[in-house]
Parts: sequence; structure tokens; C-alpha cells
Amino acid sequence: MTDASSATRGDLRLTRITKTYGDFTAVNDLTLTIPEGSFFALLGPSGCGKTTTLRMIAGLEEPNVGSIHLGATDITTKRPYQRPINTVFQNYALFPHLTIFENIAFGLRRRGIKNVDADVNKVLELVELPHLAQRKPTQLSGGQQQRIALARAIVNRPALLLLDEPLGALDLKLRRQMQIELKWIQREVGLTFVHVTHDQEEAMTMADTIAVMNEGEIEQMGSPADLYDNPETAFVANFLGQSNLIKGRIEGTDGDNLVVDLYGQKIGMPKNRSHAVDNSIYAGIRPEKFRISLVGTPTRGNTLTGGRIEDVSYIGVSTQYQVMMPWGQEVMVFEQNDDGVAPFDKGDEVVISWEPNFTFALRGDEDAEAGTEVIPEDLDEE
Amino acid sequence: MSKVKLPYLLLLPGFLFLFTFFILPIANLAQTSTQTPIADGDTGQYEQTLRFSNYLDAFTENQEQFARSFVFALCATVLALAISYPLAYAIAFKAGKLKNFLLVLVVAPFFVSFLLRTVAWKQILGEEGFIVPSLRTFGIISESTTLTSTSFAVIMGMTYNFLPFMTLPLYASLERIDPRTMEASGDLYANGITTFRKVTLPLSMPGVVAGTLLTFIPAAGDYVNAAILGSPNTRMIGNVIESRYFKIVDYPTAAALSFTLMVAILILVTLYIRKAGTEELV
Repeated sequence: MTDASSATRGDLRLTRITKTYGDFTAVNDLTLTIPEGSFFALLGPSGCGKTTTLRMIAGLEEPNVGSIHLGATDITTKRPYQRPINTVFQNYALFPHLTIFENIAFGLRRRGIKNVDADVNKVLELVELPHLAQRKPTQLSGGQQQRIALARAIVNRPALLLLDEPLGALDLKLRRQMQIELKWIQREVGLTFVHVTHDQEEAMTMADTIAVMNEGEIEQMGSPADLYDNPETAFVANFLGQSNLIKGRIEGTDGDNLVVDLYGQKIGMPKNRSHAVDNSIYAGIRPEKFRISLVGTPTRGNTLTGGRIEDVSYIGVSTQYQVMMPWGQEVMVFEQNDDGVAPFDKGDEVVISWEPNFTFALRGDEDAEAGTEVIPEDLDEE
Repeated sequence: MSKVKLPYLLLLPGFLFLFTFFILPIANLAQTSTQTPIADGDTGQYEQTLRFSNYLDAFTENQEQFARSFVFALCATVLALAISYPLAYAIAFKAGKLKNFLLVLVVAPFFVSFLLRTVAWKQILGEEGFIVPSLRTFGIISESTTLTSTSFAVIMGMTYNFLPFMTLPLYASLERIDPRTMEASGDLYANGITTFRKVTLPLSMPGVVAGTLLTFIPAAGDYVNAAILGSPNTRMIGNVIESRYFKIVDYPTAAALSFTLMVAILILVTLYIRKAGTEELV
């Protein structure tokens, strides 16, 4: 294929980027490095600034402050057509008056490449739609249009491929299929993908590295497993999956462990999983890490007694329990349905327990509800 | 009521209207066009003699006015397109909150009578208007040059009068374009001019075709602008038909001219749509 970016290659660096619209700060002092060749996701709720960030990388918006570098080249003020960067737009933005072939050839022709047939056909093979070359975009299904939008971008072999909620308009089943396909294509073509999404499952399925954004800033960045297992803020803990955050105090240390008091009950957790700044913390435990046992049966690890089952939801692969703790907080517990039946009933008096290593600690002055109220809104709003 | 009959019933008022006010007059016009004067009759008394050479006579006598009609209409259409396209583009993409207000302004001239507006142009371009003295002051036109009673005035009047018919379809078709397709074009290495040439213009072609037709067709048959703003030297075919009908009472020639104009416009429009429709836009 023909390379759009032989001159500029390398990591993408955003340095202290700020973008405001009137009184609204969309992106606030953002610094970020996206390594060459990675599949990078910007994850966050609607209005968190992720699409604005993407548009600044594409050149469709200009930052008020800060710089954008691709390798050694400063591209902050370059026009979109001067950047070796291509975008897969939300809702695809295919050219309705051109055939699929000409849609894909558009970028190549603009760069003055005369013989485009080989490149276009190759990329049509890659997305498995060579038979649609002479159709018009409106004659294609949503999933097919999505692939053509991808083909139209990657045929240029850009230094950076931007994907703006690329799967937002597809139904759930097709979306899952395309997630796997996109990841495969990224490995196949070896380009840097930057993917913007509000769907945490989508980000976790595809990306090597996820940056979780909230209110114009990056809350935390890391691999999907890092973010999920060891979130640093309440927002990340709640936005990526679900978390039980229990108010507590650090009472002391015991070797590499912290001793934490949760409403009068002592638990242990590794020191290096605490992101607190003082003794006041929220102890965080993922619902699937909890185990439930009836009062009187033996338990391992940390235990919290005095629970009562408030609600039982059987959802096939697991059963979800709402357990009322003595201090008036309901915690969530997901139990795998290994043996096929829900062994606990509403009203059962129970003890919950978990491995100390699964505990994480957040600052005690955080809003424990941050990131929970976020409902994926209409995509076009952003 | 059966389901088959209902659509016909709904069509009936429209059909009756068109039959009475379009088909019957056209048929009447057709049979008038081949009449000849009654030998000993009064002025305006004609009989049917199927004299088809009326057409040839009418055409050969008025070739100049025919040609002028189409040239003027073409000039007005091109001018209106040149003015309307940036205007419609700005309203569709750049106007923001002002969009509806600007659209009202485009239509606003319709609140004043067509005739009145054309008479106003006579004043604007006249000796007492501000344009002629200004141009003379800057030496752009000589002291003896006037703007009224010229081809220029007629074309300007037509451009002005038919401008909304150009702007509105253009706006409608530009407004339907997804701005993301233009962003996508920029993203795919096309600069502003190329994006316009390869994406915006092709996607707005339906509006260009509709707007040029809605301007060219009435402009080619217009006689008001030439009558008010022109001179005997700028007579268009509409003026000839008007005077044959109402002044000379030569009904057959007027009818033949009307038909010839209609056919000529039909042929031109058909060719134009064919060309615009099949043009390779890539």
C-alpha cells in the first residue's frame, strides 16, 4: 500500500492541551503520549472531552493552548489535509455521490497517486467486501458502511488512525463482531489506532492502553486489566465496571499490608494498592471478588459480618445479590453460577469475604458516586 | 369506498383545475396558431385554415428577439447562480442562529409586488439614482452613458427578480449535505478548493439544476423587465408576444410564437437535465 506518512512517524504527543468553547472547558491541560503501533482508547462519558481531543488530533479543531507532536514534527496548527492522520467518522461520512471504489480511492487520488486499483482492491479484500466496489454507499448496510469507512482511512496507511465511536450505530451483536475484527485489522496493518468511545466494554475488548477521561482531564491511564483491578479514582472505579466503595480509616501497617477499619471491622490490603493521601479512605472491592457465606460457615481472607441479603437477581452466568451491611450500605456481590442454583435467599443472614489482594483504596474525600450516574447518551450530542 | 377509487378521487380537483386552466387554453392556443384572417372581416377576426407556415413566418420575423431572450435569460441565470451560491452556502453552513432570519430576507422581496420592484430598479439605475452619478464621479462610465434602457438594466432586473428562485433550492440542497462529508474530505488530503470541487459542488448539483431551471425558464419568457427597464432595442420574445396579442391583435402569430418558445425551452431543458444528470462527477 502507499504510505501517507513516510516523513512523519512516531509517537503522538499532546502537551498541555486546553480547548474551551466560551465558558465551557472541553479539554483541560491535557498531556498524553500515544505510542506508535498501539491500540489506544480514549474512554469517557458524553461531554468528557474525548471527541474534542480526537478532533484536535485530526486537525478539525485547534487547541487554545498546548502543542501536538507526531514524532518530531509539530502538527498543532497544520490543516487536516496536511496531516498523515485519517479518521473513521461516527456515522461514517461516506461520500454519497461516489461509488465505494471511489470513496476508498479518494485519499489516494488527492495525494496524486495515479494507479489506485491495486491499493483499493487490497483494502477491499481486507474488509471482505470486494464485490461491493461499484455500489453507492446508500446501497450498503450499516455494518458494510462501517467497514468501507475503515477501508477508506487505512488505504492511506496513515501514521495515526482515529476512530470516533466507530461502532456506535451498529447493533450489539454486530458491534461485538466488529470489535474483534478491528483488533485483528489493527494487528494486520500495524498502524496506530486511537479509538474514542463511551462504551467501557468496547474499550477493554480492543485497546492495549485506555485513558479514562472525565470533565476534560485524564483520570487514569493504563492497560484494561490495570484500570479494572486497581483504579485510582472513584470515577474510574465506577465507570469501568462496578465497584463497592466502603468508607474506612487506615489504622496502621502490618509488613507490606495496611490495616483498615471499616465501620469497626478490621481488614487488610496491600500498601501499594492504596491511592489515598491520608488515613481517610474508601476501600474498594469489585462485586465479583466478594464471596457470600451463611453465618457460621468458615471463611478466608477479609471478612465483614452482619450482612443480610436484600435482593437476588439471577442473570444466567451469575447471580447478583444486594447485601445490606450493618452500617446501612448496600453492597453488590456477583456469584458465578458454577453449580447452577442460587444458594442464598432474600433475608438470609450472611458474611461476605474476599482476598485482601483484591482490595484497592481511594482518597476518602472523593465522591463515591462519581461515574455511576453516567448513562451513555445520544452519540450525536457531543 | 373501494381502495382503488380513492386515489383518483383525490386527484380529481387538481385534474379539473389543470384541465380548465391549462389543457383547454393550450388546445385553444394550438388551434389559434394555424388560423388566418377572415378575408373581409374586422381586425382580430380569424378562421381556421391550418396554415402551419404561420410558425415559420413568426420565427423568421422574430429570430433576433428569440436569440436575445435566451442570451438574456442565460446571463441572468449565470449571474443569479454566482450571487446565490455563496449566499446559500453561507446561510446553510455559516449563519448559525441567523439562518432563519436570512431565509426570510431572501423571500422578503415577494412581499412587494413584482411590478413595483421592477419600477424601483428603474429609479435605482436612473439619472437620479445614486449609482449613475457615483460611477460617473469615479470615471467608470462616461458622462453620456446611461444605465436604463440598456441590456444591462434588463439583465440586472431579471437577475434580481428571479434570485430567490435560485437561492432557495440551492440552500435546500446545500443544507442537506452532512458537514461531516466535508470534514472527511479534508481528512482525506483534500484542501478547501478540492473539497468544494469534489464533494460540496457535486452534492449540491440537484439544487444547482433546480435553481437554474426555475430561473432560466421564467426569465426566457419574461417581458416585464424588458418592458420597464429596456428599450425597443432590448425587446425579448415575451414583449413581441405581448404586443402581437394586445396591441396588434395578431392572435395566430402570438400563439405560434408562444408554442415555439415553449418547445425551444423544453428542448433546452431536456438537454440540460440529461447533461447534468449523467455527468461524471468524480
